[in-house]
Amino acid sequence: MLDLAVAYNRYRFIGDEFLTWLWFVIENEQSALKSADPDCTALEIGSRIVLENRKKKSLERITIRGDDAGLEEGRLALKKGALLTELSLVFKTGESQWQFSIKGESLNLSNFRVPGPAFPTSPEEMEGVILSKYENYNKISVFIENIFKNFLRLRVSSKWSTKVVPGIKKWVQATDV
Amino acid sequence: MGLLSSSVSITRYRVEGQIEKPVAEAVAKGLKKNRIVEIDQDISEKSIGWTSIDKPFFADFEGSSFAFGNLFVFSLRVDRKSIPAKMLKKYLTIETSKRLEKTRRSFLSKDEKKALKEKVTTDLAKRIPSTPNVYDLIWNYESRDVYFFSSLRSSNEELESLFKRSFDLSLIRVFPFTAAHLLSDLSDRERDVLINLSTTHFSD
Repeated sequence: MLDLAVAYNRYRFIGDEFLTWLWFVIENEQSALKSADPDCTALEIGSRIVLENRKKKSLERITIRGDDAGLEEGRLALKKGALLTELSLVFKTGESQWQFSIKGESLNLSNFRVPGPAFPTSPEEMEGVILSKYENYNKISVFIENIFKNFLRLRVSSKWSTKVVPGIKKWVQATDV
Repeated sequence: MGLLSSSVSITRYRVEGQIEKPVAEAVAKGLKKNRIVEIDQDISEKSIGWTSIDKPFFADFEGSSFAFGNLFVFSLRVDRKSIPAKMLKKYLTIETSKRLEKTRRSFLSKDEKKALKEKVTTDLAKRIPSTPNVYDLIWNYESRDVYFFSSLRSSNEELESLFKRSFDLSLIRVFPFTAAHLLSDLSDRERDVLINLSTTHFSD
């Protein structure tokens, strides 16, 4: 394997492409998310997205935030050549929801809020709360891992250039801004 | 930021290597050997070590469990003393003045100034309490996953180093490139394709 510090920077675009593709999937192919977690009833864009355009001489960063933030500006940035670098998401099952942000370059999760008990009210509850928290963190981690695997299989296949990229380009170009 | 907080950040790792068996005993040994050492009455300016999740400021692990089901749960603690620049300047000025008066001279040499600064810094470090930072982690021994509850670069670097020293196991940070190699089921041919990828442009 390559030196990890070198690989981190050399292949950070894979994470950014992953998030950009994920946005496309969320808007166009929600059913594909079921293969990553059968419990998933919806995956929605949350209150913050960050895009970066590296095609220009200087790095251009666009941050869109707010619960009612329109995503048109984000799509316009995609149209100009930007990629998503950070995406806030809401993962829903029948009764519960998980909120988190994911960074493309690191796949780190932040602002991560999970359902279930927050704090143990007695020392006896400690183990139960820790196991419950872990299950909740792990659910999203495994979901992201599975969806990333799906993306990777597409990314290294011929389908990427013949089907996926044209589909995303069409979606980006159809943006009415 | 702790794993029990209402909002957390997680950096994910894959554990590489084999720990000696019985595993729980080996982990207990590594934790106790590398537990945090208090530096409040000491000249040290920094201390790094393990502590328990339920009693992070009493790092003897006595009466605390670190095994929950198939998980090991404990915390990295980093204590630092920070001497404010203005405080250092005040005591350095006072000590310089005393030295000049005692030696009946009008200036100190470069070496004397340096030595005096070190002495003042050491004296202040003994008197200033350290500021602790606690970062929780969950280690699923069976799946070889570690969730570290911080995305700060410095705390992640401290974790990687202390984990290796304590358990003789390497932590590989999961990011797109390592995820592709460690977590995916790509064939050798697909991995070759991956290595040679370049950025896709979704705009015309």
